Amino acid sequence: MFEAIAFYLFAFLTITMFYIAVTTSQALHALTALAAGMIFISAFFFILGADFLGAIQIVVYSGAVMALYAFGMMFFDTTREVKEKQGNKYIIFGLSVLAAVLIVVIFSAPMVAQNIGGQNPILENAGNVQQVGMVLFTKYLVPFEVAAVMLLVAMIAGIVLAGKKMDLSLTLMSEEDIKVLKEENTKKAHS
Amino acid sequence: MEIGLNHYLVLSVILFAIGLIGVMRRKNLLMLFFATEILLNSVNIAFAAISHYYNDLAGQMFAFFVIAIAASEVAVGLGLLIVWHKKHNNINLDEMSTMRG
Repeated sequence: MFEAIAFYLFAFLTITMFYIAVTTSQALHALTALAAGMIFISAFFFILGADFLGAIQIVVYSGAVMALYAFGMMFFDTTREVKEKQGNKYIIFGLSVLAAVLIVVIFSAPMVAQNIGGQNPILENAGNVQQVGMVLFTKYLVPFEVAAVMLLVAMIAGIVLAGKKMDLSLTLMSEEDIKVLKEENTKKAHS
Repeated sequence: MEIGLNHYLVLSVILFAIGLIGVMRRKNLLMLFFATEILLNSVNIAFAAISHYYNDLAGQMFAFFVIAIAASEVAVGLGLLIVWHKKHNNINLDEMSTMRG
């Protein structure tokens, strides 16, 4: 009973938040709605008994990713109205629904075929965090290490890309300076 | 009323459709990144639900890796976006045609 109430409440909230994030014309509203939606998604993980995943969701998404987006938005002109693509709405809608149904088919095909089975059965009398640790550090140890290396590469890439020419900002420069800079760039590109 | 696996899969599909609509109708690249996050999260819900209803922890494991990939994607993507914005002073998707794509 309570599970049903919680599911429908959080489903409604999540869908509303993500709909706002997708349709609003203000970047700040989209960011806030997205952060709220991420928190509501972690509620599903708690309902499903995946406590560790829920905690990770809150820490990584609402903590790290949203903070990163907030810092990134300081570089961009977010007060500018976001222009929308003027395409055929029916094609967009149809393609979205088609792709979404495809996802369901991909997920449900093995279940309909009944050849899905638990390879890492959930242990009795052990908490979710303990189970996750036991599976992650035995069977999925190599992917875990590879993911660690990938995060390191991403960190270095972020530092190198964003840290270049930090003293230069197009939004703070005057129009003449920008023109001079653009001419220099085109000269460099042509030579 | 019992909440089954199908409820979660339907929710995941709805969120995935919202994310796809966002990917297709946004011109601003930052908003495009937001829509990608929605896509990844909707799949995470499906993974966690299947993991719960089939008593298998593999679903949760893959959800962890999806979160790790999403985090690194955001770091690299935002870095590239900042470089592009410094060079061209906009992040409009339709004006990124230097590669004639």
